[in-house]
Amino acid sequence: MSFTRRDLLKTSAGIGAASMLPLGANKAFGQELSYKPEEGASLRLLRWSPFVKGDEDAWLANTKKFTEATGVEVRVDKESWEDIRPKAAVAANVGSGPDLMMVWFDDPHQYPDKLLDVTELADYLGNKYGGWYEGPKNYASKDGQFIGLPTATIGNAIVYRDSWVREAGWSEFPTKTDDFLELCKAMQKSGHPVGFTHGHGVGDGNNYAHWLLWSHGGQMVDENGVCTINSPETMKAIEYAQALYKTFIPGTEGWLDVNNNRAFLAGELSVIANGVSAYYTPKNDPAQAELAADIRTCPLPVGPVGKQIELFQVTSTVIFKYTKYPNAAREYLRFMFEAAQMDNWISGSSAYCCQTLKAYESNPIWTSDPNYAPYAQASATLRPNGYAGPLGYASAAVMADYVLVDMFAEAVTGAATPQEAIDKAEKRINRYYRV
Amino acid sequence: MTANRTTSSSIGGSRPLLARIEESRGALAFLFMLPAAVLLLLFLTYPLGLGVWLGFTDERIGRDGIFIGLENYAYLWDDDVFWLSVFNTILYTSVASILKFGLGLWLALLLNEHLPFKAFFRAIVLLPWVVPTVLSAIAFWWIYDAQFSILSWVLIEWGWIEQPINFLGDPTNARASVIAANVWRGIPFVAITLLAGLQTIPPSLYEAATLDGATSWQRFRFVTFPLLTPIIAIVMTFSVLFTFTDFQLIYVLTRGGPVNATHLMATLSFQRGISGGNLGEGAAIAVAMIPFLLAAILFSYFGLQRRRWQQGGDN
Repeated sequence: MSFTRRDLLKTSAGIGAASMLPLGANKAFGQELSYKPEEGASLRLLRWSPFVKGDEDAWLANTKKFTEATGVEVRVDKESWEDIRPKAAVAANVGSGPDLMMVWFDDPHQYPDKLLDVTELADYLGNKYGGWYEGPKNYASKDGQFIGLPTATIGNAIVYRDSWVREAGWSEFPTKTDDFLELCKAMQKSGHPVGFTHGHGVGDGNNYAHWLLWSHGGQMVDENGVCTINSPETMKAIEYAQALYKTFIPGTEGWLDVNNNRAFLAGELSVIANGVSAYYTPKNDPAQAELAADIRTCPLPVGPVGKQIELFQVTSTVIFKYTKYPNAAREYLRFMFEAAQMDNWISGSSAYCCQTLKAYESNPIWTSDPNYAPYAQASATLRPNGYAGPLGYASAAVMADYVLVDMFAEAVTGAATPQEAIDKAEKRINRYYRV
Repeated sequence: MTANRTTSSSIGGSRPLLARIEESRGALAFLFMLPAAVLLLLFLTYPLGLGVWLGFTDERIGRDGIFIGLENYAYLWDDDVFWLSVFNTILYTSVASILKFGLGLWLALLLNEHLPFKAFFRAIVLLPWVVPTVLSAIAFWWIYDAQFSILSWVLIEWGWIEQPINFLGDPTNARASVIAANVWRGIPFVAITLLAGLQTIPPSLYEAATLDGATSWQRFRFVTFPLLTPIIAIVMTFSVLFTFTDFQLIYVLTRGGPVNATHLMATLSFQRGISGGNLGEGAAIAVAMIPFLLAAILFSYFGLQRRRWQQGGDN
């Protein structure tokens, strides 16, 4: 995107509510942006229920600071993260509900014309804080315009029991998919099996399926949205998944998001892929100190494509056009994304929420615990859903319909041959991308 | 009332409108029915009509749809997952309903006997029905957990099995498990309603049958069962409707997995319509449930209720 300082000055001057304050954190840029909240404004934000408590505490504390500074009351409601999508959709459809919402994945692309343009704000923040990472930016922008602010990437990494992996004869965790398969076989033999979600777990199921596909060079659609799932690469990914599945603890095809954490923390599993919450829980429980000391994390192994690629969960904050207080909402987001607040939030989230602005890479949380390191790069290595096609209704629908999850699950459980599973997935993908 | 009417009519045609409405039985009846009619139109007819209409459009979340005729249905006709959900729904409904009926009737007959602490037991039986579905579903989720199932644990302790049972991972087990959870939850409704029916049967009929030398099976077959049939028809109609449209249990336990083996039409409709954003297709799946539901209702009414003995026939 070509956006110059001159553009910012022009657009900022263009809106009556914006007042240009001199001097900012970024001296090179030299201009601060702020919006004057409307008279008597109050806001309602609907966010997903936090996975780690520190996230919510920090967010609420920042919000309180905002209220103290501006007098604008902000009510923060929360919903289970899977309920956010329907709620946001209903709000967009009926034109009433919370002013701001933290949504997931392609949600902003499902109703872009119902969302307030925040390009000016996003460009200001991007310029000030080292730029947005490409992946999260894709989710929150359309045709060069920001329809939301990329807020966080919930990273996903291998979480494992170091002592058991060593017992099985591996001094270091493998970084390549082939070695990883050997490790899984060894873990199974040693009685400490691994487990990855093949069930309808919105986060874990999709993360695993996409990693399988992408690490082997497969992709669902091409740049034009034409289905390309039926490829030798997909077949390789499925064959790999089949081999890996044979080493799993039984029951993974029925798992939802929480099963792997639960079994891992209970000592039934040696290796899972998860957000940092699987480590956060024992770390903050003195009774599980021994377990926490044995936990290590690392990125998921790199496949034949030769680089780290993952889906991850990306959340963006959107402002609905129907809000009565657009400037108050913009000012709230600006305030929350400024260094004083954002650093506090990223620290509070204990490595659960990875920054979307590059300047926050230097947040001390990432170096405070070696187990947090793999999560620090989540925004940099993520690949958007529905790669390599456009984001939007079709990519969201395919994920919501668990098409890739089902494809792998069918093949590994023997419910279908690999080719049948691919054919079925192709048909379902074509259905959504047909228009 | 009569005197009042005479007096009023003698006043002649210049009475106020309100007074005339008060006296008109038709207008009054209309007025009294109006709130119910408005409620029905607003909360039943309109959403149903809207749902049917949406099924003929390509409406998505955030985008108004246009009429596309039967395209949604044509796609569903070719969609394996949809047909799998139809199969699952029919299997789920029929097996669960039969089990609920059998066990519910058995329980009702037991509770109808003179037991000590009868009232206490009757209250206890209602518990599964009273507990919110989501709560009981979460309890079952633990019971069926692949690693921490108490059932597996007990069986392993007893030495009957060596590995935990894969309750929700194997398609057959998963179907059986969700059906079992639904049956557990649905039995009280059937049992308590049938118990109410049993208590309306006059004891004199049993006495007469006993005097005629009827065995206990014959008393059940020729006295209890026929007199209970109308209430069975009602209770099973409701039970089938509840089961066919079940959603929460599946959503909490499996979300339709493994590999869509437990997806019901209701859960698939939600997944495609709300999570997937395709309101038109979601509505079409929901509308596709209507013929099955109508068939179930008609079967109960015509198959079970309109028996000749009910019209005074001798059999």
